[in-house]
Amino acid sequence: MTSYIYPKFGYRRSQEQAEGIVKRHPIVVVGAGPIGLTAALDCAARGQPVVVLDDNDTVSIGSRAVCYAKRPLEIWDRLGCAAPMVERGVSWNVGKVFFRDQMSYQFDLLPEADHQWPAMINLQQYHLEEMLVARCRANPLIELRWKHRLLSLKQAADHATLAVETPDGIFPMEAQWVIACDGANSDVRKMVGAEFTGQFFQDRFLIADVAMKADFPTERWFWFDPPFHPGQSVLLHRQAGNIWRIDFQLGWDANPEEEKRPERVIPRIRAMLGEDTEFALEWVSIYQFACRRIDNFRQGRVLFAGDAAHQVSPFGARGANTGVQDIDNLAWKLAMVLRGDASEALLDSYHEERAYAADDNILNSTRATDFITPKTKPSRYFRDAVLELARHHGFARPLVNSGRLSTPTPYVTSALNTPDHDAMMVGMRPGTNAADAPIAVDGKPGWFLHCLGDGFTVVAFGKVSDKTEIAVGPFAAKLLLVGRDIEDPTGVLAQRYGASPGTTYLFRPDQYVAARWSGFDEAKITEAVLRASGHDTADRTELAA
Amino acid sequence: MMLYLSPNIADPDDFYAELINSQRDLDEEQALRMNARLILLLANHIGDRKVLTEAIGCARGGGG
Ligand SMILES: Cc1cc2nc3c(=O)[nH]c(=O)nc-3n(C[C@H](O)[C@H](O)[C@H](O)COP(=O)(O)OP(=O)(O)OC[C@H]3O[C@@H](n4cnc5c(N)ncnc54)[C@H](O)[C@@H]3O)c2cc1C
Repeated sequence: MTSYIYPKFGYRRSQEQAEGIVKRHPIVVVGAGPIGLTAALDCAARGQPVVVLDDNDTVSIGSRAVCYAKRPLEIWDRLGCAAPMVERGVSWNVGKVFFRDQMSYQFDLLPEADHQWPAMINLQQYHLEEMLVARCRANPLIELRWKHRLLSLKQAADHATLAVETPDGIFPMEAQWVIACDGANSDVRKMVGAEFTGQFFQDRFLIADVAMKADFPTERWFWFDPPFHPGQSVLLHRQAGNIWRIDFQLGWDANPEEEKRPERVIPRIRAMLGEDTEFALEWVSIYQFACRRIDNFRQGRVLFAGDAAHQVSPFGARGANTGVQDIDNLAWKLAMVLRGDASEALLDSYHEERAYAADDNILNSTRATDFITPKTKPSRYFRDAVLELARHHGFARPLVNSGRLSTPTPYVTSALNTPDHDAMMVGMRPGTNAADAPIAVDGKPGWFLHCLGDGFTVVAFGKVSDKTEIAVGPFAAKLLLVGRDIEDPTGVLAQRYGASPGTTYLFRPDQYVAARWSGFDEAKITEAVLRASGHDTADRTELAA
Repeated sequence: MMLYLSPNIADPDDFYAELINSQRDLDEEQALRMNARLILLLANHIGDRKVLTEAIGCARGGGG
């Protein structure tokens, strides 16, 4: 049915299996989905060699993720692969909401100006994974091992032992750290005996990809209770290459096998698109969704990320988007621990920060689900009332929830943050990801996020120091001065950071704000860098001395 | 602001009659749908989140 040709990446026997030697690797990633591949790129970008195991030898099969938001694009840009994704993907701004047989309203999501990357793009998951694989293959620190299935995992104090099955049989590997990215049905989760609990939705969705034969508007259409699919919801949006995604909510009583038959799917799509629209079915599958998360993202030497750590319903396109941000949070911490610049305690902050984000995502997608699928009669009355009022009155439109765009969760309660002391009410709070802004370096236009370094970066407004870095215990933070190293010709940078002369920000290696001050003070900066890298108070005093 | 719980409607009998009369020719389902719209319209007019929370709590507690 599908017109996409799946690549075959090809199995190769590893040297260690051929020679029968047990090798200990610093980092082994299990699973080469979008999250595992991103993990490999980010660890390698931080100087760490990585081995990736995947039981398959191709990309994600069929219809899965479509929509990627700005923050993952910024992360993939840091890893050198956002540009081809945006080039290949499609952007949309106009959305239409229908209720029963009428359009309720339409909206235009004008993107915020002065950002390098769009608010979101739509791109098939298989295209995205192909790009990530290409990028991994070009990196000598990354070894992708296809047709390598993890069979068992045993933990010791300072490493884990893995039994891996390939076409050549079973062999053992050791890893100082394992990043488990083996998806929602994670075997690794079972191997370490972690809990994975939450809510299953009593609902099923039919997901269809269709190829349109003629032009069709690049808009997102969402129907509540349409005449061609009464009592349910339907979503239509565009992917790359004239392929369109249609999500039909089926309800719990539907028979999945029956619903999947083309004889049933095609008339339904025809009723929706109109008799004159010619299309071909690319792919049909049925999904049931759940909202669940793992009890602890760190289980000894094993760190969970992506769907293996959390699952959300599809509204608001959150799964891969949050998974990529797990890696953004984890990779620098793991690299610091492996380099000996931080203790293992830093990895506990990975759980603290990303479990908080996962709960926020689950909350958001549960709210959308409750709006789209009212669970009781009174809640259906409220839902319908919102949609009826939205047709005539602007006030009701913000209440319509067909899935909110995924935005990063600020780590407002994180122990790595240095709380604000100065009365600095505007700009970016500690725990938020750095806002991008147009800047100039040596008179050439550029973007602020590109200036932030691989490690900690201090950005101060004004010529407050002669230094270019600040030594902190065993490592150093890069010092950038606005007015010396970078220019802010439009003033957008100062405005986004609420800056006046002297304002100083400390950014973590994942571009999150760790601390900020109204004046430049090296002692305070040193203390905040140590805190943000997980050193406790005693440690900090010793290292700062 | 706090939820206002002292009399505030100028002509109470007239208001009450208008409310009841507006639903006289509706069946139960239609009336419940209208109530939902009315609650949303009034909630937006009030806008103040604290007042709305207080009102929800007060109504949920049987009005006490
Ligand atoms: C219909 C649908 C629509 C979606 N839409 C969106 C969207 O618009 N935006 C978004 O962000 N997300 C979306 N998602 C979610 C997104 O697809 C997932 O969040 C994402 O694929 C998770 O990536 P992952 O790498 O964690 O896991 P997976 O993609 O599941 O990858 C896991 C990998 O691990 C491998 N593996 C498993 N077990 C083993 C083992 N024992 N040994 C070795 N390898 C193993 C598997 O072969 C696989 O390659 C959608 C999902 C669905 C189903």
